[in-house]
Amino acid sequence: MVSANNSAPAILIEQLVKRYVGSKVPAVDGIDLEVHRGEIFGLLGPNGAGKTTSIGVCTTRVNATSGRVRVVGVDVAAAPALVKRFIGVVTQYSTLDRSLTAFENLVFHARYFGAGRREARRRAQSLLERFQLADSARRMPDQLSGGMAQRLQIARAIGHGPLVLFLDEPTAGLDPQSRLSLWDLVRELREEGTTILLTTHNMAEADELSDRVAIIDHGRILVCDTPAQLKQLTPAATEIHLVVRQVPTQLLAALRALPGVDSAVAEGDGIRILAADRGGLLQEVVEAAHGHELRHVSIQQPTLETVFIKLTGRALRD
Amino acid sequence: MTDTADIATGGRVGVYSRAFIGLLARDTRVLRRDFIAFLLRTVMNPILFTFVFAFVFPKIGEQFHPVGRADFATILVPGLIAVAMIFQGIAAVALPLVNEFGRTREIEDRVMAPLPVAGVALEKIVFGAMQSIVAALVVFPVVAVIPATPVTIQVASWPLLVGVLLLAALISGAFGLAIGTLFRPQQVPLIFSIIVIPITFLGCVYYPWELLSPLPVLRYAVLVNPVVYISEGLRAALTPEVPHMPPVVFLGAMAGMLILLIAIAIPLFVRRVKS
Ligand SMILES: Nc1ncnc2c1ncn2[C@@H]1O[C@H](COP(=O)(O)OP(=O)(O)OP(=O)(O)O)[C@@H](O)[C@H]1O
Ligand SMILES: [Mg+2]
Repeated sequence: MVSANNSAPAILIEQLVKRYVGSKVPAVDGIDLEVHRGEIFGLLGPNGAGKTTSIGVCTTRVNATSGRVRVVGVDVAAAPALVKRFIGVVTQYSTLDRSLTAFENLVFHARYFGAGRREARRRAQSLLERFQLADSARRMPDQLSGGMAQRLQIARAIGHGPLVLFLDEPTAGLDPQSRLSLWDLVRELREEGTTILLTTHNMAEADELSDRVAIIDHGRILVCDTPAQLKQLTPAATEIHLVVRQVPTQLLAALRALPGVDSAVAEGDGIRILAADRGGLLQEVVEAAHGHELRHVSIQQPTLETVFIKLTGRALRD
Repeated sequence: MTDTADIATGGRVGVYSRAFIGLLARDTRVLRRDFIAFLLRTVMNPILFTFVFAFVFPKIGEQFHPVGRADFATILVPGLIAVAMIFQGIAAVALPLVNEFGRTREIEDRVMAPLPVAGVALEKIVFGAMQSIVAALVVFPVVAVIPATPVTIQVASWPLLVGVLLLAALISGAFGLAIGTLFRPQQVPLIFSIIVIPITFLGCVYYPWELLSPLPVLRYAVLVNPVVYISEGLRAALTPEVPHMPPVVFLGAMAGMLILLIAIAIPLFVRRVKS
C-alpha cells in the first residue's frame, strides 16, 4: 500500500498555476511553498488573492493547470483518494451536513473514515466535549451560532486524526472572544503534532498565530518568513495613520516630501504614512494636514499590514 | 492525538468500501428521520390515481376497457409502480443533490471522504436504487387493494420480476444523479414540468405500449423514455395477460439505458465537484 512519507514536508507546492476555465488571469500564478511538519502556516492575502484556490488544489478539489503539489509526500493529482485520508478541511463557508444533528455530523464523518458504529459514537462524544459542544449535540447546524458552527466544523475536520489541517479563513465573522478561543484551539492542535495551513486577511491572526507567513497577492507569493522577520522588511519604523475629511493629492505629496517619510497612501478613511522614527515628524505631519479637517492621528509599530502595503502599494483591506 | 488518529488505514478496497458504507449509512439515517414524509410523497400519487380511476369511476358507471379483457385497474398496477420508482430517483437523489451542490455546498464536505469522487457518485445511485425498491414495495399493496374491481396479478417468473425491479431501481438512481448534477436550485420547478410530468404521461403508465400502434411517431418517440421500459417490464412480470414488450427488448433497453446514464452522470458529477 502507498502511504504517507514520514520525512516528506507536510505540504510541498511547486510551480503551481491554476487558471479557471473561461478566465483570462490565472487565480494562482506560479506558487512555490513548503510547509513544515508541525507548524502553523499562515497564508495572508486580500480578497481574490488565490488563497482558497491554493487550498483547493492541496485538498484535491481543484485541478491544477500546471505544477505539482504533494501533501505528506503524496501527489494530490496522482492519488487524491489517498491524500484525503491524511488531511482535514474546513472550508470558507459552512459545509456542515444540514440534515444531521451536530452529534451525527461527527459520527458519520468518523464512519466515512472507517470507524465502526460504536467507535464513531464514542469519538463524536469526546469531540463534542472537547469543543464545548456537548449541550448542542442534538441541534441541527442551522440552530448553532457562528462560533459553535465553526467549532463543529473543526471538530469534524480533525475527527479522523489528520496529519495536515486546512483552515480557510477560520475566524471570519467571529466576535473577538470566539476568535481568541479559536486561536487557542488551533495552537492546541499544533501542540498535538498536527500541521496547520490557515488562510486569513486578518493581520493579527497571521502575526500572532502563525509560525510562518506567506503573503499572497494576485496569485503570487510575495514573501514568506516568520512574522518577526517579515516585519524587519520595512525600513520604516513607525506607521502614522491620519483621518481627514478628504484626501487631496497635494496633501499626499506634501506628506511624502517630509524628511523621513517612506510612503503616504490614501486609504478608505484617511492616510497611512510609513516613516523612520524621527523626532518632530509627528508635529510636521500634523502641520502639513492643517486646513484639511484633521480628525484623528494614531501612531504604531509596523505590522504585517505595513509589510503588505510596502510590497504592493495597497492596503490589505479596502 | 491517540484518541482520533489512524482511522482510515489499510488497503484501498477496505478504506473505499468503509467510506461507501458510511455514506450509505448517512443517507439511510436521513431517510429514517423523514420516513413519514417519504411515505406520503410516495403513496399520494398512486392512492389518488387508483382511487379516482379504479374506484370512483367504476362506481359512477365510467368503465374503461382499453385492452380487451384486461381491466384498467390491472393496467395501472405496473405503471404506477414504475412512476413511484422513477420518482424516487428525483426525490431521493436529484433534489437533495441540487441543494448540496448549489445552496449549501455540503457536497464539498461529502467528497472529502477517503474514496474517489466517482465512488461518492456511485453511492448516490445505489442509495437511490434502494429507496426506489422500498417505494415499489410500499406502492404495490396500495394499487392492488384500492380498486373497486379486482386486479389480476400473477408472477410468472420471479427471476424476471427481481431483474426488472433491480434494473428499474438502478436506472432511477442514475437518472436522479444526472438530473441532480445538471440542474441549479432555482431550476427545481423546471425539473417537474420538463422531466417528471412528461416521463410519466409518456411512459406507458396508463396504457400498454402496444396500444400506441395507431400513432407510429409517438410509439417510437416514447422509446427514449426509461419509464416505458420499467412499465412494460413490470407488466410482463406482474400482469402478463396485458400486452407487453418481449423481455429481451425491455431488459436489453434497460441495461443499455443504465449503462448510458451511468456513463453520463458520473463524469458530470466529478466535473462539477472538481473545478
Ligand atoms: N470556480 C471559479 N471559477 C472561476 N474563477 C474563480 C473560481 N474560484 C475563484 N475564482 C477566481 O480566482 C481568483 C482567486 O480566488 P480565490 O477564491 O482563490 O481567492 P481568495 O484569496 O480565497 O479570496 P477571498 O479572501 O475572497 O476568499 C479570484 O479572482 C476569483 O474570482
Ligand atoms: Mg477564499
